[in-house]
Amino acid sequence: MSSSEVNIDYTKKDLPSGFGKAGIALLIVGLIMVVLSYFVDPVRSAFNNLIILMLLISVGIGGLFLVALEYLGGAVWSVPFRRIPEFLGAVLFIVPLVALPVYFNMHGLYHWTHEEAVLHDEVLSGKHGYLNMSFFTIRAAAIFIIWMLFYISIVGRSQRQDRTGDQRLTKRNIRWSAGFMPVFAITITIASIDWMKSLEPHWFSTIYGVYYFAGTVLTALAITTFLAVYLNEKGILVKGLKADHFYSLGALLFAFVNFWAYIAFSQFLLIYYANMPEETFWYLDRWEGSWVFVSIFLIVVHFIVPYFGLLSQPSKTNPGRLKFMSLWIVFAHFVDLYWLIMPTFSPEGFVLSWYELGFPVLAVGLIIAVFGFRAKKQNLVPVKDPKLKRGLNFRL
Amino acid sequence: MSEKVLYAIGGIFDDPDKITHAAEAAAEKGYKKFDVHTPYPMHGMPEAMKLGRSKLGYAALVFGLSGLLAAFLMTFYMSGIDYPLIIGGKPYYAFPKYVPIMFEVTVLCAAIGTVVTMLFFFFKFPNNAHPMHGTDFMKKVSLDKFGLLIEAEDKLFVESEVRDFLAGLGALEIHEIFFDEKEAAVKPKILEPKFLGFLAVAFILVSGATYFTLNKLLYLPPYDWMLEQPKIIPQERDIINADVNGMRQPVDGTVARGLMPYPYADEPDSAGANLINPLNFTEQNLKLGQDKFDIYCSPCHGFHGEGDSRLHGQFPNPPSLHSEKVRDWSDGRIFHVITEGQNVMPSYASQLTREERWAVILYVRALQRSLNAKESDLQ
Repeated sequence: MSSSEVNIDYTKKDLPSGFGKAGIALLIVGLIMVVLSYFVDPVRSAFNNLIILMLLISVGIGGLFLVALEYLGGAVWSVPFRRIPEFLGAVLFIVPLVALPVYFNMHGLYHWTHEEAVLHDEVLSGKHGYLNMSFFTIRAAAIFIIWMLFYISIVGRSQRQDRTGDQRLTKRNIRWSAGFMPVFAITITIASIDWMKSLEPHWFSTIYGVYYFAGTVLTALAITTFLAVYLNEKGILVKGLKADHFYSLGALLFAFVNFWAYIAFSQFLLIYYANMPEETFWYLDRWEGSWVFVSIFLIVVHFIVPYFGLLSQPSKTNPGRLKFMSLWIVFAHFVDLYWLIMPTFSPEGFVLSWYELGFPVLAVGLIIAVFGFRAKKQNLVPVKDPKLKRGLNFRL
Repeated sequence: MSEKVLYAIGGIFDDPDKITHAAEAAAEKGYKKFDVHTPYPMHGMPEAMKLGRSKLGYAALVFGLSGLLAAFLMTFYMSGIDYPLIIGGKPYYAFPKYVPIMFEVTVLCAAIGTVVTMLFFFFKFPNNAHPMHGTDFMKKVSLDKFGLLIEAEDKLFVESEVRDFLAGLGALEIHEIFFDEKEAAVKPKILEPKFLGFLAVAFILVSGATYFTLNKLLYLPPYDWMLEQPKIIPQERDIINADVNGMRQPVDGTVARGLMPYPYADEPDSAGANLINPLNFTEQNLKLGQDKFDIYCSPCHGFHGEGDSRLHGQFPNPPSLHSEKVRDWSDGRIFHVITEGQNVMPSYASQLTREERWAVILYVRALQRSLNAKESDLQ
């Protein structure tokens, strides 16, 4: 018990071969479908591309956020899993590539890119100082570069520690994480406003960045939870992970499910109650026609099901339940992004076709491929992290 | 002389590993009513004792859901049925704006319900006696020793066996713990006067403090700073122009919504000549007239218009409505009296709408007819 020592029992093993193969297969199938759909309907494809762009940003920057949060909070329980969000963060290097097709189709997506429309629109010409092509490009590029630099710095140091065992690297990472947090808050707000909210440039919502943040952390956490349970079952992670570890992951997931619901409802309630036409139209668009079904579906999928699925204590330690709920939450975030983005494309009702299928397939393939690529060379556990022993010894 | 009643036999251990092992052994042996006392919380002890999960979570769930339901029913009844008000252009019962209330009441009920369940159901509050109190065993295990306790109530309890069992596990000392005779004689009751007295004192203190804070403290300096605010209050003087009312006068010629100016002020005769009752003798109109007459007119005029006031001389009795004078008045002339007042009778224009006044007149006519029927009515 308290006096017994924990030994780190970890040997590097390859990921299950099916894991990498599934990733490659999904990647190829997705890529073919995406290229085809760009030939058939570029605008619709660009909208779908935007959805998976935001999904991949969620996974990438959410992973980096979880890593920084662990350093900053001095958490020990999550150290054995830390490599998983670190690998997920590498998705940030793919994000600019995924953003390129959206960027080249911006004219079809963003109303504010039409100069002649902006000229005759008082609101848009007022926002022209922020919403214009050159400033948008600078912001997007700067944010992607800042994220990658932070990733290289923080995760690079963590991986260097595997070789050198230098404990000062942990201390330096804590400082970098502290610096990352405010930058993260500002950049993710700007990114969500630029890429998603400016689809409806007349609309106002000051909570939008937080809303996207809630989904971001939830998604990164869900994928981390899924992979932690999955890899632990395959015996690839370090030995000695207990129910307490998985309970903590489940509890954090549950907390962020509630956080998302809280933020989503706060945004809705304020707009509903103030009842101002320049704000309410955004919700009315999503409550008219067949979109109302998507809105209700979103509440059920994103809040009610995961809430009751993760409410009880045993459900947070049950590996099968955790895996299922994690994937469910990733799906819910996809529905959330679809609900945020697609009403601009087809205001009269929701659309669902093979276009909407190819892009998520590509996204899942990309995430698996990036994870598999990173996991090939690196240890799946930060073996020389000074907090790892305490992390393994963690009890609730 | 009463026989001492054994509560439990406890063993004292001096090592956390030993106590964990002892707990495992006790669970293994099949003891159900045993407990472990340690000076600090120990990880892994619930597993070693093979304790199941606490049932308290279900209490929280039940109380939380009932709070949710209660808040839903409360807001639905209040704003949808009992006192419907339009607020912010929303429907009477607008679900979204009551979600925060439902959330708060859910949390409140779950929290309070869980604590109360824990106190009364699991801790058997208000019973605060326990045979462990003041024993040497308790003193040791709350300082630097670890204790395992097997209760006499356990089905497998045999005194000699338990002693051997504890000794076999390496217990340093073995303690017998007896029920305190005085405490055992007292049966814990919720309706105990002491406890009820405690509740009453707590109630008085809490309500007194609340009353004092809300009704007295806010009017004492320095907490009364909210009373003086640089704002215009309707009934007060303007803060800039002392001789102007804070509430502005409406523009000349402003008419309240739906108001029709009365053109025959101080002209009873022309009112009597020109105004014609627009209502017909229908049951509905008479019913309306009766209701309004009974409410506004009958206190002085009496239920049948005979001038038999119910005010017992506090106010001069009016003449009967059955006099020839009133019977011969046209409807318009009576309308004038209700609208403008007459002698000590004030105007009822603000209490009765025009339509209601005409309905009252219909009813007065019916009353008059009941005492002074025409020949033709008899047929």
